[in-house]
Amino acid sequence: MICAGLDVGSRTIVLVTLDGDIADSAILETGVNPLQRCQELLSSRSYERLVVTGYGRHLVSSAIGGETVSEIRAYAVGARYLYPDCRTVIDVGGQDSKVTLLSEEGEVLKFEMNDRCAAGSGKFLEVMAKTLEVNIGDFGDLALSASRVVSINSLCTVFAESEVVSLISRGVESSAIAMALHEAIAARIASMVRRIGPRERVVFAGGAALNKCLCRLVSEKLGIEITIPREPQIVGAIGAALIAKSGGHLQQTDKSNSIAINP
Amino acid sequence: MPTDNRQMWAELGIDLKKHDMLMNALPPIYKEIYLSQKNRPQGMGFFDFVVGDIHGIRVQELRQHAKNGTIVVATYCVFVPDEIVLAADAIPVGLCAGTQFSVPIAEEVLPRNTCALIKSSFGFKLGRICPYVQTSHLIVGETTCDGKKKMFEILAEYHPVYIMEVPNKKTQRSRDLWRGEVLAFKGVIEKQTGNKITADKLSKSTRLVNDRRRALQRLYKARQANPVPISGKDALLVTQVSFYDDVSRCIKQVNALCDEVEKRVASSEGVFPANAPRILISGSPMAIPNWKLHHILETAGAAVVCEESCTGTRMFSDLVPETGGTVEEQIKAIADRYMQIHCACFTPNDERLDDIVRLAREYKVDGVVHYNLQFCHTYANEAVKVERALEKEGIPLLRVETDYSDEDAGQLRTRVDAFLEMIRR
Repeated sequence: MICAGLDVGSRTIVLVTLDGDIADSAILETGVNPLQRCQELLSSRSYERLVVTGYGRHLVSSAIGGETVSEIRAYAVGARYLYPDCRTVIDVGGQDSKVTLLSEEGEVLKFEMNDRCAAGSGKFLEVMAKTLEVNIGDFGDLALSASRVVSINSLCTVFAESEVVSLISRGVESSAIAMALHEAIAARIASMVRRIGPRERVVFAGGAALNKCLCRLVSEKLGIEITIPREPQIVGAIGAALIAKSGGHLQQTDKSNSIAINP
Repeated sequence: MPTDNRQMWAELGIDLKKHDMLMNALPPIYKEIYLSQKNRPQGMGFFDFVVGDIHGIRVQELRQHAKNGTIVVATYCVFVPDEIVLAADAIPVGLCAGTQFSVPIAEEVLPRNTCALIKSSFGFKLGRICPYVQTSHLIVGETTCDGKKKMFEILAEYHPVYIMEVPNKKTQRSRDLWRGEVLAFKGVIEKQTGNKITADKLSKSTRLVNDRRRALQRLYKARQANPVPISGKDALLVTQVSFYDDVSRCIKQVNALCDEVEKRVASSEGVFPANAPRILISGSPMAIPNWKLHHILETAGAAVVCEESCTGTRMFSDLVPETGGTVEEQIKAIADRYMQIHCACFTPNDERLDDIVRLAREYKVDGVVHYNLQFCHTYANEAVKVERALEKEGIPLLRVETDYSDEDAGQLRTRVDAFLEMIRR
């Protein structure tokens, strides 16, 4: 049976199909008409069951069909599939950051999620990269090239941006500012992780996990090894597809199924 | 909209243009949130009618009383003793402060990083969009929060305001201070009304307010049943309306609703399936028309079965002993009853933690949602202790911080969905 998982995020839409193992995955930008994007993604593929997760899950499932599941559960299931010993999931996506603690059996024990605003999320990094005129994909490398330390105190996206502008006007090079921004967001994520009382293995997923500098800083701040899947963006969609397959029941898998790498 | 309402609003100095916007915004929201619910008790019809004419008939009544010389006393908090107001033949009216609509108006004056409840209440007066405030002769504020306390100073520039000092500890010295405050309040109300508060009148008003508490206790008791016979949204509305409706009518309507709801309990009839996750909400008050969290929870498949808040159990769980006696003895009994309200303004306030755990058991809940208005520092900090207390008891908790706007509805829904998935298994 082919099962599809669709993760309709604020920035990207990810589709994963399962046929035994992961058969296919695709990523599109969400844009202004997520429903149409989802239809595009699904029309070229055949599947028997669909589960939708992500910010747009209710919109999409009411139009296209399929059960819904929260990102928190979808990421938990996806991370456990890739790493059966995973106990903590960090998911930093477009507009939310979430940290989830799992039981030994993989059930969600508790979770933390950022409140209301973009601070501490991928959107924060994106806005700041734009202010510094650097591609989001190169932002982490720019930060890692910094040769001196400055700090950003504010985590509000709006206030941080004005701090950045004032640092620019003082002649601080953009690599140092980039590092300060990464430090600020990593501190925020690390405090969420500490609040939940992390257990190893810690898996860092979501689009922001593509940023190596951020992963390294979070790991340093926590003093814990962090595992980053090879494709951190698709973890939620994998989870949704697995839930479609199992009808909501978590399944244990063999480690050899893992497509993950360690940093 | 009846023309006599418009004329009344104009006479009250209401900003008709803004007020029209508010009045036009409410019906579609109410339809979506309330009237779309299935299998509601018929007794909710009265409350639908009250909300449908929210600034009409009740304001007409109050205006009529005012024209006949009755004093209308507006309040914002369950610490202001209605017994005293009623004993002087005045009318207490709990003001609403639960809409985003008046928040931007308030932000013209107040700091933005102030809780929505404070901004909303202030905006109603500043924007002249609340006929209840306009009808009232006196607003009675209190010192349960620093933000409110300072807002009342500014509010006093627009309307007569009197402040009761609620102490911050539960020691004997604090109790003595509060007794003095209640006694002083009696003097203020007597002076404002020109009526003497006698022992007899105080006994009668005490019994009346207790009857309202008993009616609400009865309603909440029925919510302990599984399946739950009334939605959390409907029960919250009943509590919210009881703040400003005529006390005797409210008692009658709530009891009529209870008759119906208890029949449902007897025949195991519910508004939600018996396996719907049962939720206790604890934290900041939800002033009318703030139905946001209940709506998100119940749309996601949960049943809200109890509110540990000032628009919930804190309003009515304790009665004033009806032992009579002299005015002074009764004032003391009234004051002591109000000191049983476990508001987060007190330190320490461990009794509230005990209440939450006890209510979680009594209402057989599957989880607690701690509701915190953004910038409400007392509840936000106390939530740390709530979290520990519930963890010790093995009761799942979701902490939510939000305001009256809808911009975070998607994020809240994600949290609520994940929490329900977590407690459903």
